[in-house]
Amino acid sequence: MSSNDADARPYGRRAFLGLLAAGLTSFAWARPASRVFAPVTSQFSALAGDLLPVGGWRIYTISGSMPVFDPKTWRLEITGLVRTPVSLTYDELRSLPRSRQVSTFHCVTGWTVKDVRWAGVRFEHLLALARPLPSARAIRFVSLEEPYDDSLTLDQSLLADVMLAYDMDGAPLTRAHGSPARVVIPEMYGYKGVKWLTRMELVDAQPTGYWEGLGYDQNAWVGRSNGRG
Amino acid sequence: MDAGRPRLHRFSRTERAVHWVHAAAFLVLLATGLALYLPSLSELLGRRPLLKSIHVWTAVVWIVALVLVVAAGDRRSLRATLREVDLFDRDDRNWLLRRGPPQGRLNAGQKINTILTGVFALLFAITGVLLWYGERDTRFRFAQTILIHDWLTYISFVLFVGHLYLSVIHPRTRHSLTGITRGWVYEDWAREHHAKWARLARREGADAP
Repeated sequence: MSSNDADARPYGRRAFLGLLAAGLTSFAWARPASRVFAPVTSQFSALAGDLLPVGGWRIYTISGSMPVFDPKTWRLEITGLVRTPVSLTYDELRSLPRSRQVSTFHCVTGWTVKDVRWAGVRFEHLLALARPLPSARAIRFVSLEEPYDDSLTLDQSLLADVMLAYDMDGAPLTRAHGSPARVVIPEMYGYKGVKWLTRMELVDAQPTGYWEGLGYDQNAWVGRSNGRG
Repeated sequence: MDAGRPRLHRFSRTERAVHWVHAAAFLVLLATGLALYLPSLSELLGRRPLLKSIHVWTAVVWIVALVLVVAAGDRRSLRATLREVDLFDRDDRNWLLRRGPPQGRLNAGQKINTILTGVFALLFAITGVLLWYGERDTRFRFAQTILIHDWLTYISFVLFVGHLYLSVIHPRTRHSLTGITRGWVYEDWAREHHAKWARLARREGADAP
Protein backbone atom coordinates (compact mmCIF):
# COMPACT_ATOMS: atom_id res chain seq x y z
CA MET A 1 0.00 0.00 0.00
CA SER A 2 3.00 2.29 -0.15
CA SER A 3 6.07 3.01 -2.18
CA ASN A 4 8.03 1.10 0.43
CA ASP A 5 6.17 -2.18 -0.06
CA ALA A 6 9.34 -3.77 -1.33
CA ASP A 7 11.19 -3.40 1.93
CA ALA A 8 8.22 -4.19 4.17
CA ARG A 9 9.18 -6.87 6.69
CA PRO A 10 6.83 -9.28 8.49
CA TYR A 11 8.05 -8.14 11.90
CA GLY A 12 4.57 -8.09 13.41
CA ARG A 13 4.09 -11.85 13.36
CA ARG A 14 7.60 -12.43 14.67
CA ALA A 15 7.08 -9.94 17.48
CA PHE A 16 3.75 -11.57 18.33
CA LEU A 17 5.20 -15.08 18.46
CA GLY A 18 8.35 -13.95 20.25
CA LEU A 19 6.42 -12.14 22.94
CA LEU A 20 4.00 -15.03 23.29
CA ALA A 21 6.94 -17.40 23.73
CA ALA A 22 8.48 -15.06 26.30
CA GLY A 23 5.19 -14.98 28.17
CA LEU A 24 4.72 -18.75 28.13
CA THR A 25 8.29 -19.55 29.12
CA SER A 26 7.91 -17.14 32.04
CA PHE A 27 6.41 -20.10 33.89
CA ALA A 28 10.05 -21.15 34.11
CA TRP A 29 11.68 -17.79 34.79
CA ALA A 30 9.01 -15.69 36.52
CA ARG A 31 9.95 -16.82 40.01
CA PRO A 32 13.72 -16.24 39.79
CA ALA A 33 13.03 -12.94 38.02
CA SER A 34 10.64 -11.80 40.71
CA ARG A 35 13.35 -12.55 43.28
CA VAL A 36 15.78 -10.37 41.36
CA PHE A 37 13.24 -7.55 41.25
CA ALA A 38 12.06 -8.10 44.82
CA PRO A 39 14.20 -5.31 46.37
CA VAL A 40 12.66 -2.84 43.92
CA THR A 41 9.08 -4.06 44.10
CA SER A 42 9.05 -4.44 47.88
CA GLN A 43 10.27 -0.85 48.30
CA PHE A 44 7.61 0.25 45.87
CA SER A 45 4.92 -1.58 47.81
CA ALA A 46 6.21 -0.17 51.10
CA LEU A 47 5.82 3.29 49.57
CA ALA A 48 2.35 2.70 48.26
CA GLY A 49 1.15 0.92 51.38
CA ASP A 50 -1.69 -1.46 50.89
CA LEU A 51 -3.04 0.53 47.99
CA LEU A 52 -0.64 -1.24 45.66
CA PRO A 53 0.30 -4.56 47.22
CA VAL A 54 3.11 -5.46 44.84
CA GLY A 55 4.46 -8.60 46.46
CA GLY A 56 2.14 -8.10 49.40
CA TRP A 57 -1.03 -9.44 50.85
CA ARG A 58 -4.23 -10.16 49.07
CA ILE A 59 -7.37 -10.81 50.96
CA TYR A 60 -9.35 -13.94 50.19
CA THR A 61 -12.81 -14.48 51.59
CA ILE A 62 -15.40 -17.10 50.83
CA SER A 63 -18.58 -15.29 51.82
CA GLY A 64 -20.40 -12.10 50.92
CA SER A 65 -18.92 -9.92 53.62
CA MET A 66 -16.09 -9.99 56.10
CA PRO A 67 -17.02 -10.74 59.70
CA VAL A 68 -17.09 -7.77 62.07
CA PHE A 69 -15.30 -8.15 65.39
CA ASP A 70 -17.26 -6.80 68.36
CA PRO A 71 -15.14 -6.93 71.55
CA LYS A 72 -18.29 -6.93 73.68
CA THR A 73 -19.81 -10.07 72.21
CA TRP A 74 -16.81 -11.93 70.74
CA ARG A 75 -15.70 -15.04 72.62
CA LEU A 76 -13.12 -17.70 71.90
CA GLU A 77 -14.78 -21.00 72.80
CA ILE A 78 -12.70 -24.11 73.39
CA THR A 79 -15.04 -27.10 73.33
CA GLY A 80 -15.33 -30.74 72.32
CA LEU A 81 -13.12 -33.38 73.92
CA VAL A 82 -11.99 -31.24 76.85
CA ARG A 83 -12.32 -31.51 80.61
CA THR A 84 -13.05 -27.81 81.03
CA PRO A 85 -14.90 -26.00 78.25
CA VAL A 86 -13.46 -22.49 78.01
CA SER A 87 -14.92 -19.19 76.88
CA LEU A 88 -12.43 -16.32 76.67
CA THR A 89 -13.13 -12.64 76.11
CA TYR A 90 -10.75 -10.60 73.94
CA ASP A 91 -9.09 -9.10 77.04
CA GLU A 92 -8.71 -12.51 78.62
CA LEU A 93 -7.09 -13.82 75.45
CA ARG A 94 -4.64 -10.92 75.43
CA SER A 95 -3.76 -11.47 79.10
CA LEU A 96 -2.45 -14.98 78.40
CA PRO A 97 1.37 -15.45 78.03
CA ARG A 98 2.39 -13.51 74.94
CA SER A 99 4.75 -14.77 72.25
CA ARG A 100 6.27 -12.95 69.29
CA GLN A 101 7.69 -14.25 66.05
CA VAL A 102 8.75 -13.12 62.61
CA SER A 103 7.79 -15.57 59.89
CA THR A 104 7.05 -15.81 56.20
CA PHE A 105 3.48 -16.28 54.99
CA HIS A 106 2.92 -18.52 51.96
CA CYS A 107 -0.34 -18.66 50.05
CA VAL A 108 -1.14 -21.80 48.09
CA THR A 109 -1.93 -19.66 45.03
CA GLY A 110 1.72 -18.66 44.84
CA TRP A 111 2.21 -15.33 46.60
CA THR A 112 4.37 -14.87 49.67
CA VAL A 113 4.78 -12.18 52.32
CA LYS A 114 8.15 -12.17 54.01
CA ASP A 115 8.97 -11.23 57.59
CA VAL A 116 5.52 -10.78 59.03
CA ARG A 117 5.72 -9.82 62.71
CA TRP A 118 3.13 -11.72 64.71
CA ALA A 119 2.23 -11.60 68.40
CA GLY A 120 -0.19 -13.95 70.11
CA VAL A 121 -0.62 -17.03 72.24
CA ARG A 122 0.96 -20.47 71.82
CA PHE A 123 -1.61 -23.23 71.74
CA GLU A 124 -0.07 -24.98 74.75
CA HIS A 125 -1.42 -22.16 76.94
CA LEU A 126 -4.89 -22.36 75.45
CA LEU A 127 -4.95 -26.16 75.72
CA ALA A 128 -3.72 -25.96 79.32
CA LEU A 129 -6.88 -24.03 80.18
CA ALA A 130 -9.24 -26.53 78.56
CA ARG A 131 -7.31 -29.73 79.37
CA PRO A 132 -8.00 -32.00 76.36
CA LEU A 133 -9.19 -35.55 77.04
CA PRO A 134 -6.77 -38.37 76.10
CA SER A 135 -8.95 -39.20 73.10
CA ALA A 136 -8.42 -35.72 71.56
CA ARG A 137 -6.16 -35.83 68.51
CA ALA A 138 -6.87 -32.64 66.57
CA ILE A 139 -8.29 -29.14 66.80
CA ARG A 140 -11.03 -27.96 64.48
CA PHE A 141 -10.84 -24.17 64.03
CA VAL A 142 -14.15 -22.46 63.29
CA SER A 143 -14.26 -19.01 61.73
CA LEU A 144 -16.87 -16.29 62.15
CA GLU A 145 -16.87 -16.39 58.35
CA GLU A 146 -19.24 -19.25 57.68
CA PRO A 147 -18.76 -21.96 56.62
CA TYR A 148 -14.96 -21.64 56.87
CA ASP A 149 -13.20 -24.12 59.10
CA ASP A 150 -9.96 -26.05 59.08
CA SER A 151 -7.97 -28.19 61.47
CA LEU A 152 -4.53 -29.12 62.77
CA THR A 153 -3.45 -32.19 64.65
CA LEU A 154 -2.52 -31.50 68.28
CA ASP A 155 1.12 -32.18 67.40
CA GLN A 156 1.02 -29.66 64.56
CA SER A 157 -0.58 -27.04 66.78
CA LEU A 158 2.28 -27.41 69.25
CA LEU A 159 5.09 -26.81 66.71
CA ALA A 160 7.45 -24.08 67.89
CA ASP A 161 6.29 -21.41 65.40
CA VAL A 162 2.56 -22.03 65.52
CA MET A 163 0.35 -19.54 67.36
CA LEU A 164 -3.01 -17.92 67.68
CA ALA A 165 -2.08 -14.39 66.61
CA TYR A 166 -3.88 -11.21 67.65
CA ASP A 167 -1.26 -8.66 66.53
CA MET A 168 0.35 -8.26 63.13
CA ASP A 169 3.25 -5.91 62.37
CA GLY A 170 2.92 -4.20 65.73
CA ALA A 171 -0.81 -3.52 65.73
CA PRO A 172 -3.96 -5.50 66.51
CA LEU A 173 -5.11 -7.60 63.56
CA THR A 174 -7.20 -5.59 61.14
CA ARG A 175 -10.55 -6.81 59.90
CA ALA A 176 -9.06 -7.88 56.58
CA HIS A 177 -6.42 -9.96 58.34
CA GLY A 178 -8.90 -11.80 60.56
CA SER A 179 -9.54 -9.69 63.65
CA PRO A 180 -9.51 -10.40 66.50
CA ALA A 181 -7.50 -13.62 66.18
CA ARG A 182 -6.19 -15.97 63.51
CA VAL A 183 -4.19 -19.17 63.39
CA VAL A 184 -0.60 -18.82 62.18
CA ILE A 185 1.34 -21.86 60.97
CA PRO A 186 4.16 -20.62 58.72
CA GLU A 187 5.20 -24.06 57.50
CA MET A 188 1.79 -24.61 55.94
CA TYR A 189 -0.08 -22.68 53.27
CA GLY A 190 -2.29 -19.87 54.51
CA TYR A 191 -5.63 -21.63 54.10
CA LYS A 192 -4.79 -23.65 57.22
CA GLY A 193 -4.55 -20.41 59.23
CA VAL A 194 -8.20 -19.80 60.01
CA LYS A 195 -9.06 -16.09 60.32
CA TRP A 196 -11.78 -14.47 62.46
CA LEU A 197 -11.44 -17.42 64.83
CA THR A 198 -14.31 -17.95 67.25
CA ARG A 199 -14.15 -21.61 68.26
CA MET A 200 -11.62 -24.39 68.79
CA GLU A 201 -13.20 -27.81 68.91
CA LEU A 202 -11.10 -30.71 70.19
CA VAL A 203 -11.86 -33.82 68.13
CA ASP A 204 -10.56 -37.39 67.88
CA ALA A 205 -9.90 -37.24 64.12
CA GLN A 206 -9.24 -34.39 61.70
CA PRO A 207 -12.46 -33.43 59.90
CA THR A 208 -12.55 -32.28 56.28
CA GLY A 209 -12.13 -28.52 56.29
CA TYR A 210 -13.58 -25.99 53.86
CA TRP A 211 -10.70 -26.10 51.32
CA GLU A 212 -10.00 -29.78 51.88
CA GLY A 213 -13.56 -30.37 50.75
CA LEU A 214 -12.60 -28.63 47.51
CA GLY A 215 -9.62 -30.88 46.92
CA TYR A 216 -6.83 -29.16 48.85
CA ASP A 217 -4.47 -31.19 51.03
CA GLN A 218 -5.11 -31.74 54.73
CA ASN A 219 -1.40 -31.42 55.47
CA ALA A 220 -0.57 -28.24 53.60
CA TRP A 221 3.21 -28.19 54.04
CA VAL A 222 4.76 -25.36 52.04
CA GLY A 223 6.49 -26.75 48.95
CA ARG A 224 5.48 -30.35 49.72
CA SER A 225 1.71 -30.41 49.17
CA ASN A 226 -1.03 -29.36 46.80
CA GLY A 227 0.81 -30.57 43.74
CA ARG A 228 4.19 -29.04 44.66
CA GLY A 229 7.47 -30.69 45.47
CA MET B 1 -18.83 19.50 13.25
CA ASP B 2 -17.96 20.67 9.76
CA ALA B 3 -20.50 19.20 7.38
CA GLY B 4 -18.44 19.99 4.30
CA ARG B 5 -15.06 18.93 5.65
CA PRO B 6 -13.92 15.82 3.74
CA ARG B 7 -13.78 12.59 5.66
CA LEU B 8 -12.09 9.24 5.10
CA HIS B 9 -13.38 5.86 6.17
CA ARG B 10 -10.81 4.38 8.57
CA PHE B 11 -12.19 1.40 10.51
CA SER B 12 -14.80 -1.15 9.42
CA ARG B 13 -17.77 -2.10 11.59
CA THR B 14 -16.10 -5.42 12.38
CA GLU B 15 -12.84 -3.77 13.40
CA ARG B 16 -14.75 -1.41 15.65
CA ALA B 17 -16.75 -4.25 17.15
CA VAL B 18 -13.56 -6.16 17.99
CA HIS B 19 -12.11 -3.03 19.57
CA TRP B 20 -15.14 -2.30 21.74
CA VAL B 21 -15.79 -5.89 22.81
CA HIS B 22 -12.19 -6.00 23.92
CA ALA B 23 -12.29 -2.57 25.58
CA ALA B 24 -15.51 -3.28 27.51
CA ALA B 25 -14.27 -6.65 28.72
CA PHE B 26 -10.90 -5.15 29.68
CA LEU B 27 -12.56 -2.48 31.81
CA VAL B 28 -14.85 -4.90 33.66
CA LEU B 29 -12.01 -7.37 34.17
CA LEU B 30 -9.70 -4.61 35.39
CA ALA B 31 -12.26 -3.23 37.83
CA THR B 32 -13.26 -6.60 39.29
CA GLY B 33 -9.64 -7.77 39.22
CA LEU B 34 -8.51 -4.75 41.22
CA ALA B 35 -11.32 -5.29 43.72
CA LEU B 36 -10.13 -8.87 44.19
CA TYR B 37 -6.49 -7.87 44.36
CA LEU B 38 -6.16 -4.66 46.39
CA PRO B 39 -6.62 -5.31 50.13
CA SER B 40 -8.19 -1.89 50.73
CA LEU B 41 -10.79 -2.47 48.01
CA SER B 42 -11.39 -6.08 49.06
CA GLU B 43 -12.23 -4.92 52.55
CA LEU B 44 -14.34 -1.99 51.41
CA LEU B 45 -16.42 -3.96 48.91
CA GLY B 46 -16.52 -7.45 50.40
CA ARG B 47 -18.64 -9.76 48.25
CA ARG B 48 -15.59 -11.60 46.98
CA PRO B 49 -17.47 -14.65 45.61
CA LEU B 50 -19.73 -12.38 43.54
CA LEU B 51 -16.82 -10.30 42.19
CA LYS B 52 -14.96 -13.48 41.36
CA SER B 53 -17.95 -14.81 39.40
CA ILE B 54 -18.30 -11.53 37.52
CA HIS B 55 -14.57 -11.62 36.70
CA VAL B 56 -14.67 -15.20 35.44
CA TRP B 57 -17.93 -14.86 33.48
CA THR B 58 -16.82 -11.59 31.89
CA ALA B 59 -13.78 -13.43 30.60
CA VAL B 60 -16.02 -16.14 29.14
CA VAL B 61 -18.34 -13.57 27.51
CA TRP B 62 -15.30 -11.68 26.18
CA ILE B 63 -13.92 -14.74 24.39
CA VAL B 64 -17.32 -15.86 23.07
CA ALA B 65 -18.12 -12.35 21.85
CA LEU B 66 -14.81 -12.08 20.00
CA VAL B 67 -15.43 -15.42 18.34
CA LEU B 68 -18.93 -14.31 17.33
CA VAL B 69 -17.71 -11.00 15.93
CA VAL B 70 -15.09 -12.78 13.85
CA ALA B 71 -17.58 -15.44 12.72
CA ALA B 72 -20.34 -13.02 11.78
CA GLY B 73 -18.25 -10.04 10.77
CA ASP B 74 -16.22 -8.92 7.79
CA ARG B 75 -13.30 -11.32 8.04
CA ARG B 76 -11.69 -9.85 4.95
CA SER B 77 -11.21 -6.52 6.67
CA LEU B 78 -9.77 -8.29 9.71
CA ARG B 79 -7.35 -10.26 7.57
CA ALA B 80 -6.29 -7.05 5.85
CA THR B 81 -5.74 -5.44 9.23
CA LEU B 82 -3.64 -8.38 10.42
CA ARG B 83 -1.52 -8.12 7.29
CA GLU B 84 -1.12 -4.41 7.84
CA VAL B 85 -0.04 -4.94 11.44
CA ASP B 86 2.39 -7.63 10.38
CA LEU B 87 4.28 -5.54 7.84
CA PHE B 88 6.73 -2.90 8.98
CA ASP B 89 8.17 -0.98 6.04
CA ARG B 90 11.16 1.34 6.12
CA ASP B 91 9.03 4.33 7.09
CA ASP B 92 7.58 2.38 10.02
CA ARG B 93 11.00 1.38 11.24
CA ASN B 94 12.31 4.92 10.92
CA TRP B 95 9.20 6.35 12.56
CA LEU B 96 10.03 4.42 15.73
CA LEU B 97 13.40 6.21 15.86
CA ARG B 98 12.12 9.69 15.07
CA ARG B 99 8.53 10.64 14.43
CA GLY B 100 9.20 11.90 10.91
CA PRO B 101 8.31 9.52 8.07
CA PRO B 102 4.76 9.41 6.67
CA GLN B 103 2.67 6.56 8.05
CA GLY B 104 0.00 4.20 6.75
CA ARG B 105 -3.46 3.75 8.23
CA LEU B 106 -1.80 2.45 11.43
CA ASN B 107 1.46 4.01 12.50
CA ALA B 108 4.27 1.81 13.83
CA GLY B 109 3.30 2.55 17.43
CA GLN B 110 -0.29 1.51 16.80
CA LYS B 111 0.93 -1.69 15.19
CA ILE B 112 3.04 -2.47 18.24
CA ASN B 113 0.11 -1.69 20.51
CA THR B 114 -2.08 -4.08 18.52
CA ILE B 115 0.54 -6.83 18.75
CA LEU B 116 0.99 -6.33 22.49
CA THR B 117 -2.76 -6.31 23.05
CA GLY B 118 -3.09 -9.61 21.19
CA VAL B 119 -0.24 -11.26 23.09
CA PHE B 120 -1.55 -10.00 26.42
CA ALA B 121 -5.08 -11.17 25.66
CA LEU B 122 -3.79 -14.67 24.97
CA LEU B 123 -1.53 -14.78 28.03
CA PHE B 124 -4.29 -13.36 30.24
CA ALA B 125 -6.65 -16.05 28.94
CA ILE B 126 -4.14 -18.88 29.45
CA THR B 127 -3.11 -17.86 32.97
CA GLY B 128 -6.73 -17.09 33.82
CA VAL B 129 -7.90 -20.55 32.81
CA LEU B 130 -5.04 -22.06 34.83
CA LEU B 131 -5.97 -20.01 37.90
CA TRP B 132 -9.60 -21.03 37.56
CA TYR B 133 -8.97 -24.69 36.82
CA GLY B 134 -6.02 -24.99 39.21
CA GLU B 135 -8.43 -24.28 42.03
CA ARG B 136 -10.19 -27.51 41.04
CA ASP B 137 -7.26 -29.74 40.08
CA THR B 138 -3.84 -29.45 41.72
CA ARG B 139 -2.06 -30.70 38.61
CA PHE B 140 -2.81 -27.36 36.98
CA ARG B 141 -1.77 -25.26 39.96
CA PHE B 142 1.57 -23.52 39.39
CA ALA B 143 3.13 -21.07 41.80
CA GLN B 144 3.97 -18.72 38.91
CA THR B 145 0.53 -18.40 37.39
CA ILE B 146 -0.75 -15.66 39.65
CA LEU B 147 2.57 -13.80 39.43
CA ILE B 148 2.34 -13.76 35.63
CA HIS B 149 -1.33 -12.73 35.67
CA ASP B 150 -0.35 -9.86 38.00
CA TRP B 151 2.50 -8.65 35.81
CA LEU B 152 0.29 -8.77 32.74
CA THR B 153 -2.07 -6.50 34.66
CA TYR B 154 0.64 -3.99 35.62
CA ILE B 155 2.01 -3.73 32.08
CA SER B 156 -1.34 -3.65 30.31
CA PHE B 157 -2.55 -1.00 32.75
CA VAL B 158 0.36 1.24 31.75
CA LEU B 159 -0.37 0.58 28.06
CA PHE B 160 -4.05 1.32 28.65
CA VAL B 161 -3.28 4.67 30.30
CA GLY B 162 -1.03 5.63 27.40
CA HIS B 163 -3.66 4.54 24.87
CA LEU B 164 -6.33 6.54 26.70
CA TYR B 165 -4.10 9.62 26.81
CA LEU B 166 -3.38 9.56 23.09
CA SER B 167 -6.94 8.81 22.03
CA VAL B 168 -8.88 11.04 24.44
CA ILE B 169 -6.62 13.76 25.86
CA HIS B 170 -3.63 14.60 23.65
CA PRO B 171 -4.88 17.49 21.44
CA ARG B 172 -3.06 16.47 18.28
CA THR B 173 -4.03 12.79 18.32
CA ARG B 174 -7.40 12.63 20.06
CA HIS B 175 -9.36 13.10 16.84
CA SER B 176 -8.46 9.45 16.16
CA LEU B 177 -11.22 8.51 18.63
CA THR B 178 -13.78 9.36 15.94
CA GLY B 179 -12.28 6.67 13.77
CA ILE B 180 -12.95 3.92 16.26
CA THR B 181 -16.38 5.24 17.35
CA ARG B 182 -17.90 6.30 14.03
CA GLY B 183 -15.48 4.81 11.55
CA TRP B 184 -14.28 7.99 9.82
CA VAL B 185 -11.69 10.70 10.34
CA TYR B 186 -11.23 14.10 8.74
CA GLU B 187 -9.08 13.92 5.67
CA ASP B 188 -6.87 16.86 6.64
CA TRP B 189 -6.13 15.21 10.00
CA ALA B 190 -5.39 11.92 8.24
CA ARG B 191 -3.03 13.67 5.83
CA GLU B 192 -1.05 14.99 8.75
CA HIS B 193 -0.92 11.79 10.81
CA HIS B 194 -1.31 8.99 8.28
CA ALA B 195 -0.13 10.60 5.05
CA LYS B 196 0.47 7.46 3.01
CA TRP B 197 -2.92 6.05 3.87
CA ALA B 198 -4.71 9.37 3.27
CA ARG B 199 -3.25 9.58 -0.24
CA LEU B 200 -4.22 6.02 -1.04
CA ALA B 201 -7.68 6.23 0.48
CA ARG B 202 -8.43 9.37 -1.50
CA ARG B 203 -7.36 7.65 -4.69
CA GLU B 204 -9.55 4.64 -3.91
CA GLY B 205 -12.44 6.92 -3.04
CA ALA B 206 -12.86 5.80 0.54
CA ASP B 207 -15.18 8.66 1.37
CA ALA B 208 -17.02 8.29 4.59
CA PRO B 209 -20.77 8.78 4.46
